[in-house]
Amino acid sequence: MSSLFSLSVSELQAQLRSKAVSPVEAIEALENRIAAIDPAICGYLARDYQAALAAAKIADVSLPLGGVPIAIKDVINVKGEQCTCGSKILKGYSAPYDATVITRLKAAGAIPFGRANMDEFAMGSSCENSAYQITHNPWDLSRIPGGSSGGSAAVVAADEAFAALGSDTGGSIRQPAALCGCVGLKPSYGRVSRFGLVAFASSLDQIGPFTKTVRDSALLLNAISGRDPMDSTSLTEPVPDYTAQLGQNLKGVRLGMPKEYFIGGTNPQVDKAVRDAIKHYESLGAEIVEISLPHTEHAVGVYYIIATAEASANLARFDGVRYGHRTVEASNILEHYGRTREEGFGPEVKRRIILGTYVLSSGYYDAYYLRAQKVRTLIRQDFTQAFEKVDAIICPTSPEPAFKIGDRSDDPLRMYLADIFTIAVNLAGICGISIPCGFAQVEGKPLPVGLQLIGKPFHEAELLKIAHAYEQSTEWHKARPVLV
Amino acid sequence: MNAEFDVRYTAGLARLYLSEEEIAKFQAQLSQVLEYVEKLKAVDVSHVEATAHANPVFNVVREDEPRDWFTQKEALANAPRQLNGLFSVPKVIE
Repeated sequence: MSSLFSLSVSELQAQLRSKAVSPVEAIEALENRIAAIDPAICGYLARDYQAALAAAKIADVSLPLGGVPIAIKDVINVKGEQCTCGSKILKGYSAPYDATVITRLKAAGAIPFGRANMDEFAMGSSCENSAYQITHNPWDLSRIPGGSSGGSAAVVAADEAFAALGSDTGGSIRQPAALCGCVGLKPSYGRVSRFGLVAFASSLDQIGPFTKTVRDSALLLNAISGRDPMDSTSLTEPVPDYTAQLGQNLKGVRLGMPKEYFIGGTNPQVDKAVRDAIKHYESLGAEIVEISLPHTEHAVGVYYIIATAEASANLARFDGVRYGHRTVEASNILEHYGRTREEGFGPEVKRRIILGTYVLSSGYYDAYYLRAQKVRTLIRQDFTQAFEKVDAIICPTSPEPAFKIGDRSDDPLRMYLADIFTIAVNLAGICGISIPCGFAQVEGKPLPVGLQLIGKPFHEAELLKIAHAYEQSTEWHKARPVLV
Repeated sequence: MNAEFDVRYTAGLARLYLSEEEIAKFQAQLSQVLEYVEKLKAVDVSHVEATAHANPVFNVVREDEPRDWFTQKEALANAPRQLNGLFSVPKVIE
């Protein structure tokens, strides 16, 4: 019999409802697992064991996620807990309110437990930009877990959490899920409220789940989706039961292979695993159609203009007055701002503030920001046209498996290109999921490979159905890293 | 190369002090990033409208009604410095 901590959310639910285990035992099992494993993984920044136990004692297991503990990326506010965003500038900050996703998880009976590490302000693809610690990939501790939600991915992959929430601005859920071998879903823009998510790039950010199975992803999405009056960009689209289509067959489903995503440059083992997955889909009855997304090559450039522009505006709020770090002595207000921000922000955040400020500055706005917004329109249109021919798009999540810690930390452009297959999805506002589809053998160790499926806006139910059919007819999702 | 990009000047606009080493490093690294995004200039956008965000929704407003939110104490709880129940800031006006 497998250990309690290694269960999926659905399996845990079944055990909780049959009274085979109690919510308190689930928290205890996780706490013991974290104490044993996390010194090597470093996925958590903090956790409040006593508060989680107290919540577990009164948990109602009849609720949709009753008694299920869920790890939270340290960028989402949980009242009374820290929310550092992986930054020194928010050291000691105590969240004064619950994000809407937390209110909804709690209403569904779930217990937020643990603050997952991340790249500072979600800026990064490796978790190395955290001001606090480096998270290690559970499959090879000398490698990065991906980012920015690297802590969320690592703790789920290492069975230190049953599930986690992360946020995805350019791939920050899907890429670490791929590199750690779990399921990561980025919902359509407007599907999940961003209220209480510390903003990075407001037109791109979206909260989503990390899970061990596709079914669990659907269960979490059920709980967190829907219109929120506190987020004017959340939409009123009805929230279906995302588990309803799971198990349906793929007869008649058309999957598009974008030729621009298969042009070389991808690690050969990743490319092979993804092509094998595509063949597997054919054997399941799906029809594979070659498609074109002609503006793909511009996605990274557009992203690093739009995301940094929005970030430079969002991070202006860190002024050392209302919350966060404040420089000790400044002789005037400009020095107060300048020093507070110099001392509080790490190098990648500073780089992006500079880039974002530049592309918005007088004389350059039209050449960079406005032009990028126009090319963004073309990228969206590519997807709209593709979705006239296919139901979903299939491609790699990341061009490479996890790289070594330190390998790229001083080469921003090379780091930015790690997001090449995930970024366009955020620019277009559509949904995407990464699921495990195999392993690359690197230096004698198996490293997970992720398959990305991209869906029409607000068609998460169909996307989950397609992902689930693959998962259930393969064994990849059952593999676990060898730890201890 | 973008000869006009000046990290020192831009950092001033962003109210962000940087060390001399950071200025030199960011100048080189971000010039490389700007060179990379130069290729966007080759795209024909003459008849394209800008996308500000993904969904076509406009003027979404709530009813303008008072509701419970932070107390003064809660609002000040994370303030690095406060005075008489207010946020304290460095002197702005001489």
